[in-house]
Amino acid sequence: MPKITFIEHSGAEHVVDADVGLSVMEAAVRNSVPGIDADCGGACACATCHVYVDAAWIEKTGKPEAMEESMLDFAHEPKENSRLSCQINMTADLDGLIVRLPEFQG
Amino acid sequence: MTERVVIIGAGQAGAQAAASLRVEKFDGAITMIGAETEPPYQRPPLSKAYLQGALEKSRLYLKPVEFYEKHSIDLRLGVRASAIDRAAKTVTLEGGEALSYDKLLIATGAPPRKLKAPGAELAGIHYLRSIADSDALGPVLKSGERIVIVGAGYIGLEVAAVARKAGLPVTVLEAMERPLQRVAGPEVSAFYADLHRSAGVDLRIGAMVAGFEGEGRVRAAVLKDGETIPCGAVLVGVGAAPETGLAEAAGLKVENGVWVDDHARTEDPAIWAAGDVTNHPSALYGRRMRLESVPNAIEQGKAAAVNMAGGDMVYDTVPWFWSDQYDVKLQTAGISEGADARVVRGAPGERKLAVWYLKEGRLLAVDTMNDPPSFLIGKKLIAAKSTPDPKILADSAADLKSLLS
Repeated sequence: MPKITFIEHSGAEHVVDADVGLSVMEAAVRNSVPGIDADCGGACACATCHVYVDAAWIEKTGKPEAMEESMLDFAHEPKENSRLSCQINMTADLDGLIVRLPEFQG
Repeated sequence: MTERVVIIGAGQAGAQAAASLRVEKFDGAITMIGAETEPPYQRPPLSKAYLQGALEKSRLYLKPVEFYEKHSIDLRLGVRASAIDRAAKTVTLEGGEALSYDKLLIATGAPPRKLKAPGAELAGIHYLRSIADSDALGPVLKSGERIVIVGAGYIGLEVAAVARKAGLPVTVLEAMERPLQRVAGPEVSAFYADLHRSAGVDLRIGAMVAGFEGEGRVRAAVLKDGETIPCGAVLVGVGAAPETGLAEAAGLKVENGVWVDDHARTEDPAIWAAGDVTNHPSALYGRRMRLESVPNAIEQGKAAAVNMAGGDMVYDTVPWFWSDQYDVKLQTAGISEGADARVVRGAPGERKLAVWYLKEGRLLAVDTMNDPPSFLIGKKLIAAKSTPDPKILADSAADLKSLLS
């Protein structure tokens, strides 16, 4: 099963299994990774599952769509590599994905 | 001795509280009672992605099933509580078993209001709250027969959108003057009326249901003006009512919900309540309110858990809501009730619109359609009790970020 590494703002790492077809957000929630609130459950409505995609993975995760991009604009400290993790779907290609969490959501 | 927490209700609020109690290092016993047989799950997709068949059931679950065992949360499903004995500090389950508690959380939610009309008990008349309800409605979408939807609120309109996408003829009956009348301003109602009508929905305003016809199974809806609308099924979405029976029978104060303070605590110091079922104070709005929303369930459930674990957390967040219909995302921040002015940003023809609600200049709420920036900025402005310049709010070319400084 593909793995994702979540790195908290403090540096704490969480390596979790992620079923193909689930979103990166769902993998975090299922494994109780702190710092991913995902209040809306993946509807791209709340911007509380913000992550920074590791530079090596940006090409594979792709770019945000317009709706997501405008949500990200108002997340806490958005950067070039910001994504809403509910909008990244796990594929076998993303095995080993590394994402970092912002200091806080919202 | 080990402290015992009992949670009545395994919905979004109950599940949040159970998880948050463990985050707060509460190491006592937690028992959560759920009337449904499914583990805690998210309800919003039941009228959207899940109903369309675009989401597997397991993806509705808030936590994997193993989570509860791993965190020593005793999840009792398919069981109803029948009484709370506050003197003995017990919850009695249907079947007679009594569970002792030191602290109790009531998170029973708000099930749909039932329609009272001749024929309302016929088969084929649906309500939508649970996975079972959504599963029962799924096959209707494949029938090709007309569905009559009673009520143009969130649930009714979301199902109308899904049914149109599935190719069904759809009639929506709204008794009031406009769709979403209870929750939104006229501009938002007009936007959604246009959206649904252009998608082919037969939306009837001021349409009163007299009853339903059919032999065992509904075949038609009958309006008060005498018109008969043949159909294969009916969905009723006429609001929800808080499930307060247990609290009321136990002598707790109930008034449009279980009465709690800003710490989610009832008048009984051993009993808290959270989610759709509560009537709680809002310092932000200077009045009490009862909310039916996921964020309310999450945040109030969290506050209840922190306080049950001995902490001190006030619940006072900006309410917010969302709804997905066709390609339009509605996001609402705040509560518009009491507004004395509305400001519109964007043109309705664009399928992108924000309607700002103000009272004496202060921003109370904003409804946004396909306009996340207005939603997210609005939420911040509402929390800060801001009095933003209406000219900037109305001007699509103006940068809303300038209002935050």
